Amino acid sequence: MASVFLNWAFIGEVKNPRSFVEDLRNKRRNGLIPYEVNVYYDDFTDEVIINTDNGRIRRPLIVVKNGKPKLTKKHIRDLQSGKIKFEDLIENGIIEYLDTDEEENSYIALWPEEVTKEHTHMEINPLDIFGLSSSLIPYGEYDRGDRVNFGAKMIGQSLGYYLSNFLIRTDTKSNILLYPQVPLTTTQTFDVFNLDKHPAGQNVVIALLSYGGYNMEDAIILNKGSIERGFGRSFFFRTYQTEETRYGGGQVDEIEIPDKDVRGYRSEKAYSNLNEDGIISIETPVSGGDVLVGKTSPLRFLGRDEFLTGIQNRRETSLVVRHGEVGVVDKVLLSETQNGDKLVKVSVRDLRIPELGDKFASRHGQKGVVGLILPEEDMPFTEDGIVPDIIMNPHSIPSRLTVGQLLEILGGKVAALRGRKNDGSMFNCEKENDLRKELQKLGFRSDGKEVLYNGITGEKMEVEIFIGMIYYQKLEHMVANKIHARSRGPVALLTKQPTEGRANEGGLRLGEMEKDCLIAHGAPLLLKERFSSDEVEIPICKKCGVVAVYDWRKNKYHCPICGKGNNIEKVKMSYAFNLMLNELKSLLIFPKIILEDGE
Amino acid sequence: MKWERVHKMYEELISNLELPEKIKEDMSKSFEIYKPTKSQAKKIIDRIVNTYKKMLYEPGEAIGVIAAQSISEPATQMTMRTYHVAGAAAKQVSLGLPRLIEIVDARREPTTPMMEIYMKKEFNTKEDAAKVAKKIKETKLKNIVLEDVIDLVNSEVELKIDINYLNNLDMNMESLKKTLKKYIKNYDITTEDTTVKITSKKETTIRELQKLKLKIFDISLRGIRGITQTIVTKKGNEWMIITLGSNIKKVLGIKELDPTRIYSNNISEVEKLFGIEAARNVIISESSKTLADQGLDVDPRHLILVGDTMTMDGTIKAIGRYGVSGEKRSVLARANFETTVKHLTDAAVEGEVDRLDSIIENVLINQVAPIGTAMCDLVFKPKTSKEK
Repeated sequence: MASVFLNWAFIGEVKNPRSFVEDLRNKRRNGLIPYEVNVYYDDFTDEVIINTDNGRIRRPLIVVKNGKPKLTKKHIRDLQSGKIKFEDLIENGIIEYLDTDEEENSYIALWPEEVTKEHTHMEINPLDIFGLSSSLIPYGEYDRGDRVNFGAKMIGQSLGYYLSNFLIRTDTKSNILLYPQVPLTTTQTFDVFNLDKHPAGQNVVIALLSYGGYNMEDAIILNKGSIERGFGRSFFFRTYQTEETRYGGGQVDEIEIPDKDVRGYRSEKAYSNLNEDGIISIETPVSGGDVLVGKTSPLRFLGRDEFLTGIQNRRETSLVVRHGEVGVVDKVLLSETQNGDKLVKVSVRDLRIPELGDKFASRHGQKGVVGLILPEEDMPFTEDGIVPDIIMNPHSIPSRLTVGQLLEILGGKVAALRGRKNDGSMFNCEKENDLRKELQKLGFRSDGKEVLYNGITGEKMEVEIFIGMIYYQKLEHMVANKIHARSRGPVALLTKQPTEGRANEGGLRLGEMEKDCLIAHGAPLLLKERFSSDEVEIPICKKCGVVAVYDWRKNKYHCPICGKGNNIEKVKMSYAFNLMLNELKSLLIFPKIILEDGE
Repeated sequence: MKWERVHKMYEELISNLELPEKIKEDMSKSFEIYKPTKSQAKKIIDRIVNTYKKMLYEPGEAIGVIAAQSISEPATQMTMRTYHVAGAAAKQVSLGLPRLIEIVDARREPTTPMMEIYMKKEFNTKEDAAKVAKKIKETKLKNIVLEDVIDLVNSEVELKIDINYLNNLDMNMESLKKTLKKYIKNYDITTEDTTVKITSKKETTIRELQKLKLKIFDISLRGIRGITQTIVTKKGNEWMIITLGSNIKKVLGIKELDPTRIYSNNISEVEKLFGIEAARNVIISESSKTLADQGLDVDPRHLILVGDTMTMDGTIKAIGRYGVSGEKRSVLARANFETTVKHLTDAAVEGEVDRLDSIIENVLINQVAPIGTAMCDLVFKPKTSKEK
């Protein structure tokens, strides 16, 4: 007796689980029960598991019966002519969706020739095993599995032409590659998803070569000429947004050029770019801290002056460009929020030309940052005068075993020379031997190597260099978004210590382990200097050991306990420690500082 | 005659040096081999003394922090490595980081207690070692039971015994019956050729019978309690026994074994039997062995410092909240580590005074910590002109 579970709840038992499961499946194929139902028999635990719940991963497969796929050529013809739809195939049990559980009960053939009597299903296309990103990797079956994973991950980070209405969109952050190209080596997925309309990368000539050591540790050398011709150029858009909020009591925000007496008024220069309506005009160059939209808000609390005079002062709440970012105002959008308040969106565009430290990657998990931008005349060249756009280090290959990348370079070279794209779909690609033969026919060495000349000395290189064409992606991690340094800057209100993070112009933390290192080196004076960012002088009463009070009017200190001011000594300590003393006092613990005599 | 004079000269040269005894011994030994002249010997001694002095730590060197860093840096690599060895789990001993943590935490019982026992010289044969190994290995009743049935109708427990195994232990059914009688009362025990029946004298419940079964299963028939496995191996030309499970007290009484060389990795057991110095040595040797097994090269002096710190006041203290760190003199240093609020409130209740004479407190309040270059202080305080 096998237990039967419906959506992981026990519902009963059956005597012949196999025929029971078979019966259910037949009913599903005949449309008697919904096709979303999946049945699975686990012969180890002797359980029948029926799943109908949501959130399962399912994929379509062609049903095989008696060693013959149910899908025939007639079906395909009818599909093409539009006589039937894909849904009809599912309803008629020709194609069915399996979830991960039912897949365990199936035996799936990859190709029609392979189908035997034992097979239960056949792949529609073996490429279906992969997801969208991984199926875009050409010659992926020649790469190690982890590299395919990395590659798929990085395809998701690549800059491209993600949507064609990007000029009117107001995404908070978006990147557009300026001259995207369709890859020379594509996969079938490209056509299926219309990705030739949304490419995310460029075809480049690549040479696998160490050239002066600037491409060590996965760095790449870029050809300055290629960059000037537009390689890797991208726009970075950031949309800022503000609205005229209405508060209780009839108070409102106002978008305007703030008056000089507004609290927190910036300099006059900061508002000089604004129009009369308080909004910046398009194509104005801006940089961090510049005002995009001038705005004032009512005060949160009324001070003494406001009460006495009755004059309502306002505070400054302008929309400013983020610290460290530059750009040009690209578009201004005026609209209304759902509450009917005035809404302003300002989009700032920044041209990003590849620079040292920008991240690039091929589709095989081979990522690297730019290590050197070399003038075109210094790049190595072939006999025909071909100059590579990218010089990648060959040491990246042997330990990572990305053979697929080598095949893509070879295939790309063939495709560029013959003027026709090359299909690199996994399990169904143009084979290496065919590519080699074709390359030889085109008048090149079949292994893709060529004689290269050193661009600086003009000398012929001692070995032939593997050179070809590959599709390269610019990834969204650019130094311009990450570069950060600080000497002086803002501090946190509570601790008086420097703020944290790039966005706040923060400091770089010298942490606990770094502190230990300074101690281990026996350098406590340096350690004190490093940790002095929040140093304060606190007056202490020598007699009572408590923090003394400063009387501003008399310009004198006095002890809150003994009341005298003759025993006060100023002590330097970190503000954090002073804060801790104050917190202890709030816990009804009264810390006292006993001072030693000493100069 | 002449040799005696030279020998005396060496003695004179060496005896007054301010060096550890071990180095002095080594020196006089090698002097007797190479026989240097007086001037040569003086030069050699000078160099040794100089080198020794250079090797000493400077006053104010942060040896504790350096020891901690020197052990924990390779230990971080160890975490990455030990969990990556897939499939090679044949050896069931705790190794690597878990074992290291066990040592510095001063756990009462190690997860895999082990002993190394050597044979006395006159018993140094494979046969004797094997005999002892068989003798000390603990066999419980459950090891020799093939089948057990609880018969509720007759309220009895029926056990089918592996008779070959029993004979191997130099026992038979009669002696088994005797042993069982020692442990259980109020039950009748009858034996047939390979079965034992334990019948209750009065009516019982199935729960009681089940309890009884579990109780008699745990009866030790042979060997020393705690020793679950013995392995006889040869080390050099000596036969020795490695045991899983540790019970030094019982093993000491066996006449074939060398009582001076029994080694156990159970630190607290060693401390109880042989004292704190022995425990210190076990801490040092166990931690260095654990690191060496992983192919890590840590200077033994760091481990010696750990061992010294843990055993400093006569008991084994863990490195952590309930040990070394929790017993620091300074309130702020303790509060800085763990359970901040507890230490602060306790200090407030007791009115503790923090003298601010250690490192962490001074870092906390941002003063110069007395370590390294700031170790020195002016002791002599000149009188001011007024005081004169």
